[in-house]
Amino acid sequence: MHQDHPEIFPQRHTMSVPGGHRALRVGLGGPVGSGKTATVAALCRTLRDEVSIGVVTNDIYTREDADFLLRQAVLAPDRIVAVETGACPHTAIRDDISANLEAVEELEERVGPLDLVLLESGGDNLTATFSKGLVDVQMFVIDVAGGDDIPRKGGPGVTMSDLLVVNKVDLAVHVGADLDRMAADAAAQRGGLPTVFTSVARGQGVAPVADWIRERLAESTAGAA
Amino acid sequence: MTTTGVASCPRTAGRVTGGVRVAAVADGRGGTALPLLAGEGALAVRRTGTRAWTQQSPRPKGAAVTLVGAMSAPLGGDRMRVEIAVGADARLTVRSAAATVALPGRGGESAWYDVLLTVAGGAELLWLPEPLIAAAGSDLRMTTRVDLVRGARLVLREEAVLGRYGESPGRLASRLTVTVDGRPLLDQDFRVGPGSAPGWDGPAGLAGHRAFGQLLVAGSGTATLGPQLLTRASDVVQAVATPLAGGAATLVTALAPDARHLRPLLARTLEELLDGSATDIRPVPAAGPP
Amino acid sequence: MSAALLLLTDGRFPAGGHAHSGGAEAAVAEGRITGAATLAEFCRGRLHTTGLVAAALAAAAAAGADLLALDDAADARTPSPALRTVSRRLGRQLLRAARAAWPAAVLDQLAADRPRGAHQPVVLGATARAAGLTPLDAARAAAYESAGSPATATVRLLGLDPFQAAAVLARLAPEVDAVADAATAAAHRARTEGTGALPAASAPLLDVSAERHAAWPTRLFTS
Ligand SMILES: Nc1nc2c(ncn2[C@@H]2O[C@H](COP(=O)(O)OP(=O)(O)OP(=O)(O)O)[C@@H](O)[C@H]2O)c(=O)[nH]1
Ligand SMILES: [Mg+2]
Repeated sequence: MHQDHPEIFPQRHTMSVPGGHRALRVGLGGPVGSGKTATVAALCRTLRDEVSIGVVTNDIYTREDADFLLRQAVLAPDRIVAVETGACPHTAIRDDISANLEAVEELEERVGPLDLVLLESGGDNLTATFSKGLVDVQMFVIDVAGGDDIPRKGGPGVTMSDLLVVNKVDLAVHVGADLDRMAADAAAQRGGLPTVFTSVARGQGVAPVADWIRERLAESTAGAA
Repeated sequence: MTTTGVASCPRTAGRVTGGVRVAAVADGRGGTALPLLAGEGALAVRRTGTRAWTQQSPRPKGAAVTLVGAMSAPLGGDRMRVEIAVGADARLTVRSAAATVALPGRGGESAWYDVLLTVAGGAELLWLPEPLIAAAGSDLRMTTRVDLVRGARLVLREEAVLGRYGESPGRLASRLTVTVDGRPLLDQDFRVGPGSAPGWDGPAGLAGHRAFGQLLVAGSGTATLGPQLLTRASDVVQAVATPLAGGAATLVTALAPDARHLRPLLARTLEELLDGSATDIRPVPAAGPP
Repeated sequence: MSAALLLLTDGRFPAGGHAHSGGAEAAVAEGRITGAATLAEFCRGRLHTTGLVAAALAAAAAAGADLLALDDAADARTPSPALRTVSRRLGRQLLRAARAAWPAAVLDQLAADRPRGAHQPVVLGATARAAGLTPLDAARAAAYESAGSPATATVRLLGLDPFQAAAVLARLAPEVDAVADAATAAAHRARTEGTGALPAASAPLLDVSAERHAAWPTRLFTS
């Protein structure tokens, strides 16, 4: 094991958690209101009986995301931590990740070893992505109501995220969004990286996202062995 | 026991120097005796009766003394010193007869007022002087040092008022240092008034408040409470009770526009505390035999 | 002036400061900071109280004083538990960045001794030492930060003109230097006299409003 190698494990800049078992950290970024919190809630419900989960929210001004998750009782309250971002959500997930790292370690100290930590970014713009020092993989959540030209516009979130989630497909008919065009644009922008279409708060659920996370979990367990 | 007297204070020619020394010891019959009760110069002290830790307290009563200012010192140039030692298992309450008013000296010199309190194991001290008033043009350097031994108990009240009624503020530097077994528990240096730290009256300083008070309850058998706001942001008095790090101790910090507004809050909090009637702020029964 | 000091005080150095307002968010809400003039007075007041204390602790740590004794001294000078928590949390965040930037045994030891975080100024001083900086450098960094943090935050909180905020800090610079000098001198005295020789300037209104801010249900900044 070469867990101390900074290139392989930039996350080694920990304070207190010794090496060994380490949770898979998944970032969820994307514009305001696209359905990040709804996705986190649905993922928790789907996966909580399979793996031990913790959630870190980066609310912009309110504690709404954390409170929503608490109200929905998707996890025990001690598995949800909120981080304040000083009006700069992208700074907290990219340029200065120290508060989020603290939050992850606080979770692990509080509830013991976790398998999966979901980190939700505060809603931001199309350029906001997570640092590799903070998450292992990240998904970018957009919705059809935000305009079906977002995949074409690109930006780091759309082009570089490990998974692009196009949410609220149930609204496509109402807002006149062309899903085929979104799929084609995404494929062109992402050079082989996967894109899924969901309606996490409605019928067509979070299953494709959950399946993708299961694959990442399997990979990380195999990689650590 | 501390025996350093006022003689150790450098005297300034032409100025009155005041000193008080008190030693309280357990008298072996469940009470408290005062083998040393000495005043000198501008300060005097007399025994004024007894006061129980709580009104319902089944434990024996302690002694009480009152500091009396023979003059309304300190004036600029004065040096005053109070030394009080409370020995093991003794219980002492110290009050003062009137507010202490710091006045300007002729040459504009500073005045010094040093208080040294030591409290031994199983002992308790209630240090409850009247407010200190920094009159216009005065410059007082006050230090209060409290050395507690683990198992000692302290209730300390401090009030400082800038300027007499309707008067502009004097200058005050007041440092309060409390240690437990030699380790620092609380160290606060309050520097206000014209010519003191820049920004002292600004939005991070007093912001127009002219009275400042603190109430410290520390040591064995005292409850520490979680931080508790005692007033709302819109109230004229700003006050909070906070647990200190490093030991069983709670500090009440309060700012008010004037002495008139400050006293009721501190008095109420103190009374609740001493009588044990508060639900949150009260001394818990000491461990050990009843 | 060493480039290492520029890095340590750079707002982009990933040590968590960006999410803290140094009391400005509460002061803005309570109407005590309303623009550039009141911001300047706020920064000045904080510099000469909190800033002086932090600068002296940092200078003493950079001079090689016993870090755990300094950590106790910081506790005694911080009656607000909200501010103690913030200081320790920021200390932990800074230590994480410092250990990556300037690996040193003394930093590893501090992390082991205070797993929940040492007070930020103590970590700052230890970091300065690890980076080959002087006690005066450490004091300057701490003093500057005490004024810089509310200034930066007020730009976001009030939409204050960033040029005005920069001008506030520029005008305060000589006072920052003077506070750093005084703090360094006190740190020097503390070598022989102990931590009691370090300044303990208190800011009771900042303590009260920090507790109030910590109880807000929603806020932009952690402190
Ligand atoms: N119709 C529809 N509404 C959805 C769907 N997913 C989420 N929503 C709704 O969209 C709104 C915003 O969802 P959130 O999950 O809070 O979005 P978010 O990305 O977390 O928002 P921020 O954290 O504020 O950036 C809520 O009212 C959700 O109920 C969906 O699949 N279909
Ligand atoms: Mg959300």
